Amino acid sequence: MEKRTGIYICTGCEIGWSIDVDNICKSYAASTGIVFCKSHSALCSVEGSGLIAEDIERESLDSIVIAACSSRYKTDVFSFGENIMVERVNLREQVVWCGQPNHEDTQMAAEDYIRMGIAAVQNIAIPRPYIAENISEEILVVGGGITGITAALEGAAAGYTVHIVEKEAEPGGYAKKLYKQMPSKAPFDVLAEPVINEKIREAENNPLIKLYKSTTIDRIEGQPGKFSVQLSNRVSHEEDSALRDNGVTFSTKPGNEGNHALSVGAIVSAMGWKPYDPSGLTHLGYGKFENVVTGPQFEDIVKNSPETILKKDVLFIQCAGSRDNNHLPYCSSVCCGVSLKQAKYVIEKDRNSLAYIIYKDIRTPGMAEEFYREVQKEDRILLTKGEVEDVDKLNGRLRVNIKDTLLGEDISILVDMVVLATGMVPSDTKELSMSYRQGKGLPELKYNFPDSHFICFPYETRRTGIYAAGTIRAPMDIPSCMEDAAGAMLKAIQCIESVKRGESVHPRSGDMSYPELYMERCTDCKRCTEECPVGAYDETEKGTPLPNPNRCRRCGICLGSCPERVINFSNFSIHSISSVIKSVYIPDEFEEKPRVLVFVCENDAYPAFDMAGRKRLKYSPFVRIIPVRCLGSINKVWISDALSKGFDGILQIGCKPGENYQCHFIHGSELTETRGENIQETLQTMMLEPERIRTEFVEITDYDKIPDIINSYMETIEAIGPNPFKGM
Amino acid sequence: MQKTKPVLVIGGGISGITAAVEIAEVGRKVVLVEQKPYLGGNVIQMNNYFPKLCPPSCGLEINFRRIRQNPRITYYVNTKVIFVSGKKGNFLAKLRTAPQYIFDNCAACGDCASVCPQNRPDDFNYGYGSTKAAYLPHDMAFPFRYHIDERYCKKETCNKCVEACDYNAIDLSAEGKEFEIEAASVIVATGWTGYDARKIENLHYADFQNVITNVEFERLIAVNGPGKGELHRPSDGKIPESVCFVQCAGSRDENHLPYCSAVCCSASLKHALTIHEKYPECRIRIFYIDLRIMGRNEDFLAKVEAVRNIELIKGKVAGIEEISGTKNLIVEAEDIMSGKKVRHETGLVVLATGIVPSGIETVLNVDQYGFVPEVQAVGMYATACCKKPMDVASSLRDATGAALKAIQY
Repeated sequence: MEKRTGIYICTGCEIGWSIDVDNICKSYAASTGIVFCKSHSALCSVEGSGLIAEDIERESLDSIVIAACSSRYKTDVFSFGENIMVERVNLREQVVWCGQPNHEDTQMAAEDYIRMGIAAVQNIAIPRPYIAENISEEILVVGGGITGITAALEGAAAGYTVHIVEKEAEPGGYAKKLYKQMPSKAPFDVLAEPVINEKIREAENNPLIKLYKSTTIDRIEGQPGKFSVQLSNRVSHEEDSALRDNGVTFSTKPGNEGNHALSVGAIVSAMGWKPYDPSGLTHLGYGKFENVVTGPQFEDIVKNSPETILKKDVLFIQCAGSRDNNHLPYCSSVCCGVSLKQAKYVIEKDRNSLAYIIYKDIRTPGMAEEFYREVQKEDRILLTKGEVEDVDKLNGRLRVNIKDTLLGEDISILVDMVVLATGMVPSDTKELSMSYRQGKGLPELKYNFPDSHFICFPYETRRTGIYAAGTIRAPMDIPSCMEDAAGAMLKAIQCIESVKRGESVHPRSGDMSYPELYMERCTDCKRCTEECPVGAYDETEKGTPLPNPNRCRRCGICLGSCPERVINFSNFSIHSISSVIKSVYIPDEFEEKPRVLVFVCENDAYPAFDMAGRKRLKYSPFVRIIPVRCLGSINKVWISDALSKGFDGILQIGCKPGENYQCHFIHGSELTETRGENIQETLQTMMLEPERIRTEFVEITDYDKIPDIINSYMETIEAIGPNPFKGM
Repeated sequence: MQKTKPVLVIGGGISGITAAVEIAEVGRKVVLVEQKPYLGGNVIQMNNYFPKLCPPSCGLEINFRRIRQNPRITYYVNTKVIFVSGKKGNFLAKLRTAPQYIFDNCAACGDCASVCPQNRPDDFNYGYGSTKAAYLPHDMAFPFRYHIDERYCKKETCNKCVEACDYNAIDLSAEGKEFEIEAASVIVATGWTGYDARKIENLHYADFQNVITNVEFERLIAVNGPGKGELHRPSDGKIPESVCFVQCAGSRDENHLPYCSAVCCSASLKHALTIHEKYPECRIRIFYIDLRIMGRNEDFLAKVEAVRNIELIKGKVAGIEEISGTKNLIVEAEDIMSGKKVRHETGLVVLATGIVPSGIETVLNVDQYGFVPEVQAVGMYATACCKKPMDVASSLRDATGAALKAIQY
């Protein structure tokens, strides 16, 4: 259907006196689909936006092009309801503020950008959301430890039904094995009672919470809003009747393996941690001497056979197998507090015992410092910095040999028991048994912790609708696990609510577009299923992609990956961007006006260009900028379209890849490298120089580097000369 | 369920922003209130985050987009919450907006600043450098519009900006306003300020120009700071050949802040690496009591330890002297591992001052340090640094958790 588009050019903010707006307006007097082209001195004013609103009504416009400032500003002013498509052309930041006023090249840039805006708006459609039927609003929590139980209670308090799956016979996890807890609030000189028992009771009495004990997950399939979960369970008769009381029926008789299917909308993975395997710590006496135990073992001893520790001096070795490249390179964050607590057990159980703590650093951040200060007041708890060399035996006692102490000399301490403060290892998320094409578990960033942007967006796993919480995500103490549980549950609820509205979740929250596949042309090449950063695609045995729109984060990487160009979004498609590229006027080679197409990532590079403009940093007027959802969303065909059209070069500017990647879609910008070879082949077949495409990585604050990046590329292009396809 | 009243989020720093967008994306309405003219709080003043050394504006940009595009979020800047009454499901908050001399229809063209004859110290840069009295708070300001600092503006006697504004966006006689909003629940995310370094007398922050705090350092080295990415020390603008970091400056100290602020160790490592990447020859020393680099950030510590020009010295700094003439400093400390007293001359001293909770007391009762360690009233939740000192990642986690508690009403 032909569009009815109105074009508005703002003359404010120096636009009007830098370019000849009237001339542009006249040129659109009689163009197809364009109802008019108007200018106004301040489109963002009440009068300006009012004028647009009136025109929309009177002229029955369905789309408008606003050539003014960057789309990052005045978004609310230029919103005219969900049925009106708005394309913003950034004349202010990308043309007049970075160019020479009243110069032919600035004028040409403005004209091109308006053409590009029109091409964009005329070749996209307003997204109609994908809303699945029978969306489940129930939530699955995997793991019944303190994190899982807290998550369930918080979810239930918000009105959602929560299913907790616990593989052990009883819930509570490690928190239930504690004798006492470190105090997290005043008074800091008294150990706190474990919080877990009360939480379990609350969960068991909550009608919205269903607890499955001795249960594991056989399979998770589907997508947010519609995960189907197969549970497998070996229940006793009593457990089965308890479950029945709770409204749950396993399909076979009690005492046998049973199966139960759930339909849930989102999942919280609170799968917890395992103690680091101490068997490699023989130099510290583990496995050699009976009275060398780990922190978790010591906790068990004090809780269940406290008489064992009477009349014993106990030494705690911190960072046993932690902060150590031969073992766990990271710090487990809680062990300092745990050993301080356990040292208190030693002196409280026996008034004559001594406790020693040998540490690298005492890490009691925040209010834990208050507890540390209290412990330091105990004269039977002795703390020193040092490196434990080894543990041996002397006269029937354990001798701990320590170097690099604060005392300035090597020392040996004789004790009756040694506790190794071993670290925390995250559980294996493969136990989620997800039937995803990209694997059964959650992809990990480092040290098996399943996250993707641990600073800014800590809950983002790479599996939409599945949120990690607690010690599976990072080593943390019980109060942190409880905070974390609430956060992950919020994300789970939010995911369900977003799916109900047909909207994407973070980072393109609210986006209603989704990938639509024209399957007739698909060749089962599997690139989309492999490159999707969030595993949104499953595939058939043959390798045909099966999209799951609710898993999709709308980055467009699949669109970029597809050699057959069958993947498109209604408002971002192969055709729409190709049309934008083709709308640019390419002067012939004799005019000596080269053209470079610049794809910029809308997340970081685009704002950097805005700031460069704002700072009035000047760069070549020969570039034409197209924002993309991610560098990974650039399809090869756009490159060949641009080169066939006569563009002299192509720059792709996006977020930093690598270990400290900043790409919001994890590896989108990295893909430009892996796909680079393929693109070079295209250049070769076109007999073009490899320099005609270049990729640059910037941070959002790198605006000062923009002119250099552009101008140095222009020099390269000028050196290799015009694209021979120009004018063909 | 009828949950039509909005959630009130007090404080537009990273925690308040996070709470607000997370709630709005569930589908609830949110009112976000910030007393400064822009959102972003302390983190927007940071040069980078540890351990990735990436700019905070990257994550904030995503969050600002989430705010811009979400009709369920209403935000007020330049606005304080002066009083909250009521109970869960039914709070009433009184808000006061300072005079908004420049309105929302400001196009941020900058003409007002061009003609403004008055200068003001640039508070975004902690007074290093100045702006006009008509100013954009900073490059990435959200909302992106100019403001007038009434303490420096000559108002109608000058009127130049009013005449220069093509958008009729300025009214120098504008007045502040008070208004009330109803809320179902309240999240208090008023955040923190740095501990007042003047109180730590032996470190002479007030006396010596080249003794600065960690938050000031963030601005001094920032690309969009007064040095445009070069670290000019305050006394003479020279780039220092050596820098000393004093950890626990007024922290873990019963005369100042008895608690640990949890972030300063990692922050100083970040600063050290940032300097090192810019000036590889600069000699950097960090004096610490314990290095508290938690969790996976241990990798970050290993990265710093591998740098030859960064020295980590276990020992508390006893005092700082200034050399007259050069204005260089002598840092005196005990190197605990060797037991020796050390004295190092250095061009710049950065005090790792701690986190002091701020702005909570108008709404909730606080403990002796100013924190709210536990829930006081159902329906009102303190979050992030209002509860205890924490880093950005932990604050976001906590704010997301607070969002869940808030939507229960």
